[in-house]
This record gives sequence, C-alpha cells and structure tokens, in this order.
Amino acid sequence: MQRKSRGLRALEPLVWVGPAVVLIALVVIWPVVEMIRSSFLKISRFGVVQGSNGTANYEKLFAEPDFGSVMWRSLIWVVAVVGLTVLISLGLAQLFNQRFPGRKIARWALIAPWAASVLMTAIVFKWMLDPEVGMINMVLRDLGLIDALGGASADPLGDASTAMPWLIFVAVFVSVPFTTYALMAGLATIPGDVYEAARMDGAAKWRTYWSITLPLLRPALTVAALINIMNVFNSFPIIWAMTHGQPGYSTATSTIFMYILKNANIGESAAMSVVNFGMVIILTAIFLKVSRWKTEVA
Amino acid sequence: MAQHVKQVGSRSLPKIKTVIIAAAAYVIAFVFLFPYLVMVLTALRPQESLRNATYLPETFEWSNLTGFWTSGLADNLLVTLKVAGGSTILVLLVALPAAYYTARHNFRFRTAFLILVLITQMFQPTAMIVGIYREFYQLGLVDTIWSLILVNGGFNLAFAVWILNAYFSSIPRELEEAAFMDGTGRLGALFRVTLPLAMPGVITALIFTFIAAWNEFVVALTLTTSPENQPLTVALNSFIGQYQVDWQNLFAGSVIATIPVIILFALIERKVVSGLTAGSIK
Repeated sequence: MQRKSRGLRALEPLVWVGPAVVLIALVVIWPVVEMIRSSFLKISRFGVVQGSNGTANYEKLFAEPDFGSVMWRSLIWVVAVVGLTVLISLGLAQLFNQRFPGRKIARWALIAPWAASVLMTAIVFKWMLDPEVGMINMVLRDLGLIDALGGASADPLGDASTAMPWLIFVAVFVSVPFTTYALMAGLATIPGDVYEAARMDGAAKWRTYWSITLPLLRPALTVAALINIMNVFNSFPIIWAMTHGQPGYSTATSTIFMYILKNANIGESAAMSVVNFGMVIILTAIFLKVSRWKTEVA
Repeated sequence: MAQHVKQVGSRSLPKIKTVIIAAAAYVIAFVFLFPYLVMVLTALRPQESLRNATYLPETFEWSNLTGFWTSGLADNLLVTLKVAGGSTILVLLVALPAAYYTARHNFRFRTAFLILVLITQMFQPTAMIVGIYREFYQLGLVDTIWSLILVNGGFNLAFAVWILNAYFSSIPRELEEAAFMDGTGRLGALFRVTLPLAMPGVITALIFTFIAAWNEFVVALTLTTSPENQPLTVALNSFIGQYQVDWQNLFAGSVIATIPVIILFALIERKVVSGLTAGSIK
C-alpha cells in the first residue's frame, strides 16, 4: 500500500507538468530539430524530401551574391535599433519618472506601440510615407524640406538610402515603450535614500546619474537590451510590410532573406535559419560578455 | 514644522521645471499615439477623398466602420478571435497546473523544467519558421486554425508559467493547508483558496496570451494559404500588395484590430514588465 502510493507519487509531476513539456516539445523543440535537419536535405518546391544534400544548401547560401550584404545589414540593423532604443528609453524613463500632472495618461499613451500589432504600426507608417498623400511627406513639404509630393523621387521607401533609416525609425518606435517601462521598473527599485546621500554630498545631477543611477540600473538595462537584441534580430513584419526587403535585397535582413528563400528553396532557407540562429547566439554571448552579466547579476 | 514649511516652499518654487517636464512628456506621448490617430482618421475618411493631400478629412464617413462588417474581412476577424481565444485556453490549461506544481513542490526535474521554459521564452517563431512549416506540413495541419492555436500557445507558454509561478509562490502554503484541514480536499483548496488569490496573475497571463496571439503575423502568414483561414493580420497585409486598394476597409480593419488591444494591454502593463524580465533575472 505504502509502496504503491510512493510509485504514484513519482508519476505525480508528470501529470501536472507533463502537458507543458509536451506542448514545448511539439511547438518549440521539434521545429528546431526539423529546421536543422532540413538544412541538410534536398527538398523539392512542393515539400517532397528528395534525399540528403550534404552541405550543398549551405554552400549555395554562402555563394548567394546578396548573402554578405544581407548579413552585414542585419548586424547594422540590430546595433542601430537596439542602441537607439536604449539611449532614447534611458531619457524617457527619466522623464516619465518625474512627477507632473497627467503622468498616468502620458504613460498610458506610451503603451500604444507596444500593445498594437507591429504589423499594423508598420502599415500605418507605410501609409504616412506614401509619396502622394502621406502625412509625413506632407509635413516635410510644408516645412520646405522637400519640394513637391508625388513621383518616385519623393518615395522615401523606394530607395534603400532613405528606406533603411525609416525602417530603423519604426523598429525603434515599437521597441522604446517596453524598454522604457523596463527601465522605469528598474528605477523604482533604487532606494530613495541613495539619492538623499548624494544630495547631501552636493553631487551634481549628471554626476549622480552617471555614478549612482546607471550602475544601479544595470541589471534592468542588461535584461532590456538582451530582450531587444533577440526581438530586433528576429524582427520581420516591419520590413516585410514596408519594403518587402526591396528594391532588390537592399533593405532585407537575414529573416527577410530567409523568408524569400523559403518560396524557392526550403533547404537553403533552412540553412539560412540555422545561420541566423547562430548569429543570435553569438550576438547574445558577445553582449553578455561585454556587459559582464555574470559577475554583476548572477 | 519649519522643515515642513521649507519643503512646501521648495516644492512650489521650481514650477517652471514641472511645466517643461509635463510639456515634454505630453509631446512625446502624442508622438507615440500619432500613428494610431492617423489610423483612426484614415479609417473615417470618405473613400473618394483618400488620395487628397489634406491633413484632416473634410467629413467623417462613419459608414466605413460598418462597411467593414460586410467586407470579407469580418471572416478574418473571426479567425483571429478563434486563434487568440483557442491559444489562451490552451495556455491556461497547460500553464496553470505546471506553474502551480513547480511553485509548491520540489521534484526531480524541477530546475530542468524551469530552464526549458526560460529557453522557450528566448526562442522566436520567426527564427524557426522554416522548421515550423516543415513540421506542420508533415503533420498535415498546414492551413488549419489548429496549427495557429498550437504554435501561439506554445510560444506564449513561458510567459504564463513564469508569472503564474511567481503568484503561486507568493501565496502562503498555510492558507491552502488550512482549507485542506477544513476538509475541502486538495483540489478544493486549490480552487477555492489559491486560484482566487492568484487571479491577478491568471488575468495577466490570459490577456498577454490573447494579445500576442491576436497580433501574431509571421506564423499565420506561413501556415495559412486559403483566405478563409487567414487571421486579420495576414488578410490586411495582403491588401497592401494589391494595386486597387480599398484603403478605408484596410484602415477600418486596422482600427478594429488595434484599439481594443491597446485598451486591454493598459490593464496589465505593470505586471507584463515583471513577467518578461523576471525570468531572466532569476
């Protein structure tokens, strides 16, 4: 009797935790395995596996004329978007942490881009950048910054040199709210008497910020930046909705390139996914090393 | 007393500073709301004035919003609702027992399980979309709502487990024991005592999953092919590609897809930050 119930006890975790493990295995683990497997397979356009392909998918991928520029662009994309996001959010967190009337409503407004679908935000920005009736273009014209509306020359998304900054802008726009909130949560954990002490010592404001606030904000900053790096590197809807990576592949990052390859050659696309995966892991490792995460947090 | 007076005095002095701070914050708040304002204004423009280069519509066409319901997009909204609702139910069914058990019991693979959940949170469907497609192709579930429910459920499980685990851990075991002693039974104690106390966490997990699934794009874009199985995001995106675009329908759709979500999100915003970052700090 006693032994039987002990045997049942050993199975107990399985009942409670098992379904979660099954769902993770089915939806997260299986696709990773399948992705790596597919990158070494020859798969027809209709999805039929035609046998092993060795490393041919990778060789074909690395030989793509656009591969190098796409990877380079992805790196710039991540560094620019995450860097700008963190800098702007540091400022905004400080601002929205001050006391002022209507703070609640102002903070609430900041949520909008975070809550809304990134795709919807990208669609609106595409519309606002419409060469003829786009709100942003109209403002630029009325400010005298561009001559006239209409035509391909006035299309900010038609050329990589103007499209890339706008894509980065939108990515920063949707990343700032979460980052600001995460930093505000970090600020809230800093005890007030620390500032009191600094004030007593007569430390200047920026000095207090630099040598007290920032170091104490570090755990929140690290986590927020890390989540951003992973989100931004895997970002897809902004570029997909606004430029499709065009003209050519001139605004495509690795995820866009992977998606376009998927329609032509799944094996090669899987190889691109694996490379993309590796890049995220390397970037994360570099970041954690640079921010000395281990000694500071864990 | 003197100190008190001094404090009041120094607080009322830098009034100009407060005004500047408030003004800056309002301007920034407006900037972040601006695209959604444009979305609403465009949705209310009469169709014939959509290509007019004016900032504001001359008249508001409220029938655009009702026109949405008779356009095919209403069916896509229904798909979105099914996917978001289905994923939310799935996540709650799976995450609640797992989070409760890991909060209350120390079992052999507890740490391994929590690490697995943490890793899941780092994974993004976009990064492995090819693998997801291959899997569901082999399962014969491509172009079904079920595949979307499964994927959305799986990828939002981590957040739900973390936040629920934190809530269950914060509820004293003694409360549950007391109810158990009163003869309600283990499950009775769980349902009558613990679950109600963890309600804020449950609601946060529920809303978060619902919104994430509601907004999801890339998985649906990949896994659904026939228009009647596509959620609103995919349907609206395919609108843009067409040359003759019924922009007012597109924007009416965007408003319907966006505004409720922003309001829902405002309810859980504080808890979401802790849920998203807590896992990584622990």
